[in-house]
Amino acid sequence: MENCSIEVHNLTTTYGGAPVLWDVDFELPVGQIIGVIGPNGSGKTTLLKTIMGLLEPSSGFVKIFNQDLDKIRERVAYVPQRESVDWDFPASVYDIVMMGRYRKHNLFRRTNKTDIDIVNQSIEKVGLTEFKNRQIAQLSGGQQQRVFIARALAQRAELYLMDEPFVGVDAATESSILSLLQEMKNDGKTVLIIHHDLQTVSDYFDYLVLLNTRLIAKGTPQEVLTKENLTNAYGGQLTLLAKVASLIKENEFPIREKDMDF
Amino acid sequence: MMNDIWILLTASLVAINAALLGCFLLLRKMALVGDAISHAVLPGIVVAYYFSGDKTSLLLLIGATLTGVVASLMIDFLTKKAKIQGDASIGITYTLLFAVGMILISTWLKGNVDIDMDCVLYGEIGLINLDKIIIDGNLYIGPMAFYTELFAFFCIGLTLVLGFKGFKLLAFNEDYARGLGINTTRWHYVLMTLVSLTTVVSFEVVGAVLVVGFLIIPAATAQLISKKLNRMMFLAAIFGIAAVVIGYALAIWLNVNITGAMVSVSGIIFMMVLIIDKFFRKQQVSKSLNPA
Repeated sequence: MENCSIEVHNLTTTYGGAPVLWDVDFELPVGQIIGVIGPNGSGKTTLLKTIMGLLEPSSGFVKIFNQDLDKIRERVAYVPQRESVDWDFPASVYDIVMMGRYRKHNLFRRTNKTDIDIVNQSIEKVGLTEFKNRQIAQLSGGQQQRVFIARALAQRAELYLMDEPFVGVDAATESSILSLLQEMKNDGKTVLIIHHDLQTVSDYFDYLVLLNTRLIAKGTPQEVLTKENLTNAYGGQLTLLAKVASLIKENEFPIREKDMDF
Repeated sequence: MMNDIWILLTASLVAINAALLGCFLLLRKMALVGDAISHAVLPGIVVAYYFSGDKTSLLLLIGATLTGVVASLMIDFLTKKAKIQGDASIGITYTLLFAVGMILISTWLKGNVDIDMDCVLYGEIGLINLDKIIIDGNLYIGPMAFYTELFAFFCIGLTLVLGFKGFKLLAFNEDYARGLGINTTRWHYVLMTLVSLTTVVSFEVVGAVLVVGFLIIPAATAQLISKKLNRMMFLAAIFGIAAVVIGYALAIWLNVNITGAMVSVSGIIFMMVLIIDKFFRKQQVSKSLNPA
């Protein structure tokens, strides 16, 4: 793919010896809203964390915009699951969104006017201006999710990785996130979203990745959401395990290793 | 009277140092790690003391502080690499190191007047004035412990002010910090070093057991009523100092253990704030239904 946002190559990530991702290989387009779907425990979050460099893959590699993640970290914004942090933390909406302006090299510096402007704009975009100074513990779940998205927006990235942003949010937040996504797409940003509600996938996403430990399918929603693919991902999990085992035997060696360039 | 003031000043510095770091330990759900480090520095103290023969030497400070860092390295190794559950890793590490320290005290320092188990466990806050600093032959400028605490205060204050953003990000969302390419491991060990330093300089004042009360209780009290991190740190220091002053007065009045009284008062303040806060929140909620 010429314009490639994320390239995942023969990626295997294990947890405690068991593979959570098995030989996952795909390239994703730029400037689209991409959904990652699959049943619980299918490795969606693991995939996101491996792409973000938070987990070390056992084999394979990830390239973002054809480069190593470390070179372009600042162009990638990560929106973790809302439940992954303690919202009782003593900080306001503004404080958290300001974290989107933090960089490795500016941690010891004071925030400047540009940072403040960008943070205020980001809060405005998710419609939380009136709650700017409220402590994050006193927000609804949907508002908290929007704080996380505002923080990612404040990063001014080109690629956004969001882990289940639609979970447990109210209708207002859902439509607000959706219109934001359209806006981001129009600006040429790429957004990768973990999603688990199959009802809404074809409305939300331009491109889909269907995952269950290994890659089941990828492509437009029409291509991916076939009966066969969905049965493969959601239906026969037991038979799938057997398939993985035989796959291990057939495919002992990945075709390319991490540090080899072809 | 002068002695009382020096004791109060020294103990207040203990309280401030511990409370400031306690805020970060608490927010990172690492209260028990503070407990572990405070016990684990014991062998470091004994070994360093054995070689330097001085309770206040720089060697002792560095040696014992490093032992605390080793303890947190060991905990991280057991949790992350050996996949032992977190609380078990803490339990294994600090009991092991503390036990080694006990053996060392009972063999190397047998009959020593300066360091014994009582001193290590409970501190000797009433006796800190014995170790005086006298300059120009006769000018008494306070107990040694005060100056070691002051030194620690400058180290901690400077690091927390300079690294405030980093520590805050680490405490709220470590994964996000790593996603930004920030070396969270380095930040983590800077914090652990400071915690270790605090427990080392405080052990002879308040003891290895009760320093945990100074680390955790004021910070927990402040968290109940703080909406901002810097405010939480400020309030934690205030609650710590209040416990020191009230506790000392009570201890003198009732003739009981000084450190025990201070930590007890700290606990009572926590309970009071908790109850008052809950009461107020209820009132607020009934006044204006959930704002969100």
